[in-house]
Amino acid sequence: MPKIPDFVVPPPLRKPAKPGQGGTSKGQAPADLKTAPPVRPSHGERFAGQAKEAPVDVLAWVDQRTAASGFLTGLLYRKVPKGTNWFYTLGSATLFAFIVQAVTGVFLAMYYTPSTTQAYASITHINNDVPLGQFVHGMHKWGASVMVILVFLHMGRTFFFGAYKYPRELNWVIGVVLLILTMTMAFTGYLLPFDQRSFWASIVGININGTGPIVGPYLSDFLRAGPELGATTLARFYSIHMLLVPGAIIALIGAHMYLVVKLGTTAPPWTKIDKPKIAAPVAQLDAGVESNGASPGNGASPA
Amino acid sequence: MTRRRAFTIAAQGLGGLAGAAIVLPAVGFAVAPIFHRGKERWEAVGPVSDFVEDTYRQVVFTETEGIGDAGKTTAYVRKSSPELEEEPGLYVAVSNRCAHLGCPVRFVQAAGNFICPCHGGVYDFQGKRIGGPPVRPLDRFQTRVRKGQVELGPRYSVTSQLEPVRARDPGEFTGGIWEYLYPPRPDTFPPP
Repeated sequence: MPKIPDFVVPPPLRKPAKPGQGGTSKGQAPADLKTAPPVRPSHGERFAGQAKEAPVDVLAWVDQRTAASGFLTGLLYRKVPKGTNWFYTLGSATLFAFIVQAVTGVFLAMYYTPSTTQAYASITHINNDVPLGQFVHGMHKWGASVMVILVFLHMGRTFFFGAYKYPRELNWVIGVVLLILTMTMAFTGYLLPFDQRSFWASIVGININGTGPIVGPYLSDFLRAGPELGATTLARFYSIHMLLVPGAIIALIGAHMYLVVKLGTTAPPWTKIDKPKIAAPVAQLDAGVESNGASPGNGASPA
Repeated sequence: MTRRRAFTIAAQGLGGLAGAAIVLPAVGFAVAPIFHRGKERWEAVGPVSDFVEDTYRQVVFTETEGIGDAGKTTAYVRKSSPELEEEPGLYVAVSNRCAHLGCPVRFVQAAGNFICPCHGGVYDFQGKRIGGPPVRPLDRFQTRVRKGQVELGPRYSVTSQLEPVRARDPGEFTGGIWEYLYPPRPDTFPPP
């Protein structure tokens, strides 16, 4: 990775130096300023200097008022365990899939009409008439499947790497809620094109919800907004699909990622623990062992 | 109690009240349809002479108003048959909605059975389940005769012995203990 030149990164955001290595000290004048007396710069030099400083000034202005640099440094330079590999990108990939769904969904909503008489026509209009409409609709449609698949892969990674164990149980629970919300998105989104397939698939899906004892019948009535699938059902599914669940998903993703940063990630289960190097046992020093492993009895394990 | 504590409780109480004032109407608004029963609706589907005892006639009528074709449903109608120990002089209207998950079943004349295309549910001539995953017989619609026309009314479900009960969704058992595990919904009509 190319090194970012120091002058574009404000001092608080620079990578902190390792202990005992010097590096760029925060806010301190460079050493050469102390020895060489300052030379009055020309206009051009001063302008160039100011232009160079401008991004730093802007970032410093924001940082002075938000104190965000401490948080950002902690977030961006946090330690990851040895053995971190491509499987660890599945969570970010899921997040990316969600962002794709959110962005394409916002633009689809500009053309879609959630009415039983116009929904199908508006989808046809998006696909056939709107420039790039079929592309954006396709991204949303296929992206939905991609997101569901990625959620399960991410869940599998967490399970098989044992990353759900203490202290990360709460993050597993949040993840399960996110899984259910993702399924809710997939279920409610399926009805929206309002063609034969989505109509009958939603009827089947609602009836599966209804097979739960005692609360099932009321749940399916709630989903349909009545005894039969009708106009209110579509509006209701649309509202759940684009307002209720996305809000909940965004909030829970925030909590999920906060805990990831706060608790750190786990090493893969096959990673060997680095044994700390232990100094020679005191008993050997007392016995006056001088040569490097030449004397008998200087074995690996003390008696 | 100190004054500070009293004010804390009062402020939190007011906050809770304000929160409830927002949340409760919204939730009520969303769940209201569960408790709302629409108007009873009857629709004529043909003169009495159209229907016979030994086979069904397929009719399409509107079950839910205001949503166009999506609100229409199909029923298979015949005259009640003394051979099947049914009360004579009535009309039987069997819903085409499969009791498994709600797919549309079709009456197959040659077999005398109703067959579901989705998961292979099979029902006999009276709509009783004889094969596949359905959990109860096919639903029925109330029937009556007005001015020589057969009219279809609200939907109702039946137990495995064809005793009428309030309409249930597909996938829900009827009769016995199931009447309590799948309670009747307030937005359905009482059975005939």
